[in-house]
Amino acid sequence: MNSREMYKEHILDLYKNPLNFGSLKKVTQKERKLNPLCGDDITIEILVDNNVISDVKFSGKGCALCIASASLLTETIKEMKLNEVIKLNKDDLLELLEIPVGPVRLKCVLLSLEVLHKAVKKC
Amino acid sequence: MDKKKDFPIFKQKIIYLDSGASTQKPKHVIDAISNFYSNSYANIHRGVYELSQKATELYDNARSIVAKFINAEFEEIVFTRGATEALNLLSFSLEVNKTEIVLTEMEHHANLVPWQQFAKRNNFKLKFIKMKDDFTLDYDDAKKKITNKTAIVSFTATSNVFGTNNDIKKLVNLAKKVEAYSIIDAAQLVPHSKVNVKKIDCDFLVFSGHKMLGPTGIGVLYGKKELLEKLQPFNTGGDMIGEVKYEDSTWNEIPTKFEAGTPNIAGAIGLGEAIDYLENIGMENVEKWEKELTQYAMDKLKKIEDVIIYSPGVEKSAGIISFNINGLHPHDVASLLSDDNICIRGGHHCAMPLMEKLNITGTCRVSFYVYNTHDDVDKFIKSLEKTIGILK
Repeated sequence: MNSREMYKEHILDLYKNPLNFGSLKKVTQKERKLNPLCGDDITIEILVDNNVISDVKFSGKGCALCIASASLLTETIKEMKLNEVIKLNKDDLLELLEIPVGPVRLKCVLLSLEVLHKAVKKC
Repeated sequence: MDKKKDFPIFKQKIIYLDSGASTQKPKHVIDAISNFYSNSYANIHRGVYELSQKATELYDNARSIVAKFINAEFEEIVFTRGATEALNLLSFSLEVNKTEIVLTEMEHHANLVPWQQFAKRNNFKLKFIKMKDDFTLDYDDAKKKITNKTAIVSFTATSNVFGTNNDIKKLVNLAKKVEAYSIIDAAQLVPHSKVNVKKIDCDFLVFSGHKMLGPTGIGVLYGKKELLEKLQPFNTGGDMIGEVKYEDSTWNEIPTKFEAGTPNIAGAIGLGEAIDYLENIGMENVEKWEKELTQYAMDKLKKIEDVIIYSPGVEKSAGIISFNINGLHPHDVASLLSDDNICIRGGHHCAMPLMEKLNITGTCRVSFYVYNTHDDVDKFIKSLEKTIGILK
C-alpha cells in the first residue's frame, strides 16, 4: 500500500490544526493512554450531562494519523449518548478518516478511540 | 565498498537503513544454514552416530569462531537467544551482596527492564549515570554513582539511539575499583568494531547475532571463565546437567551448563559464518566504511531546514544518526519514505525513558552497515526532502 494515500490534505490539515485540542474547565472523566510502539500519548477529557457527551477535548502527542483521528472522533461524539459512543468501532473511525490504513498504522488511528472507551466505561 | 550483490534481499529495490534494529543476511550465511539442514543436521552432544558428531563439530566450531572474534576462550562463550536473554540470564543468576546497581540513562530496554526487575526482587537501588546535553555520558557523574554499595555496573557500549560510543574501559575500571561486576551490552558495538574482551577486561559482555548479518534467535553471553564457573544456571534441563537423580542434580561444565535443551544449532552455525564474512572484509574496514557513510549523511542532513540532529558527532559515534524534522512525527516521516522503498526507523527505539528525558515522542533513525552506499544516502536525502514537502 502506498503511504501517500494516508496523507491526504484533510488529514494533514487536522494534524496542523487539530479540532477540540486542549482541556476542559469542568471534567466528568479524564483518561490517558500510550501507544508503546511509537510513543503516541493521548489524553481525552469528557463532560457528561444526563448520559450525553456535552463537551470533549483531547491533548497529547502523536503522528498525523493519531491526531487527525482524535480530532474527528471528538468532533463526532459531541451530543452523542454514552451507549452510542461505546458502540463506535474501528470501521466507524476509518469511515470518518476516509483513508486506507495498513495494519501497522491502525494502532495510531485507534488510540483515541481506546482512550475514549476507557473514559466512558468509568462514567 | 560494494557488498549489495552478496545479499539476496537487494534483488528488490530496497534502501535499507535500519541495520541498528536488525541486519540483512548475506547469501554466505543463508547457504550455510541451508547446507547444514540439508546435509549435516542432527542433534548435538547426544548421538554417537556420525551425523550427530558432524553437527556437534559444526556447533563447536561456531563457538570457536565467536571466541576468536572477540579474543575470548572457547568455554567463555555461552550461546543464548540474543543479547536480551543473556542480560536476563545474568539478572537471574548473579549472586551479589551489596545494595545498588548502576546503569546509564541511555540504556536500551533490554539492559534496563531486567535490572529494574532484579532491583524489585532483591530490594536494590537503581542508579543511572547521566547523559550530558551533547549525548555523551557524564563520567564525573559515573564516579559519583559507582560506590562501595555498587554490586553491578551494566552499560551499553554504544547507544542504539544516538550512536554514542561510550568509554567502556573507563566504566569497567570504575566498576573494578569498587569490586562491582561490569557488564557490557555490546549489541551495537560487536557488529561494527573489533572487540577484544581481554583488553576491555570486563566481567561479562553480550551481543546478538541478527544485528551482525547472522540469523535471529542466536546471541552470545561472554563471561570470564572463573565467573561463569561460579554462576548458577538460568535454564535447567537436558544437556546442561552432570548427574541427575530424582531428588537432585549436578551441572555440566561451562559453557554447556548454561545451554539447557537443544540449542539453536543452525543459528550458531549461521553466526559463525556471519563472523567469517565480516572478517573477510576486516572489522577495521567495516568501521571505516560506516564512518564515511555516516559523515556523508550527516553533512547532507545538516543542510535540511528544520532538522534536529541528536548526535555527539560522527567522531564519537557509530554508524547511527537520530534526527527529527521540527513539527513532524517520526512515524509520518518513516511512512512516506517507505513509499520510495527506503527503510528507516521511526519511534522510541526501545528507550522510552530517554525519549521522556529529551521530551520527544521519538526520533527518525538511520543506521548503516557494510551493504550501504553513498547512493543509498543520496536517495534517502532526496526522499526525505520530498516527504517534508508533503507533510509541511
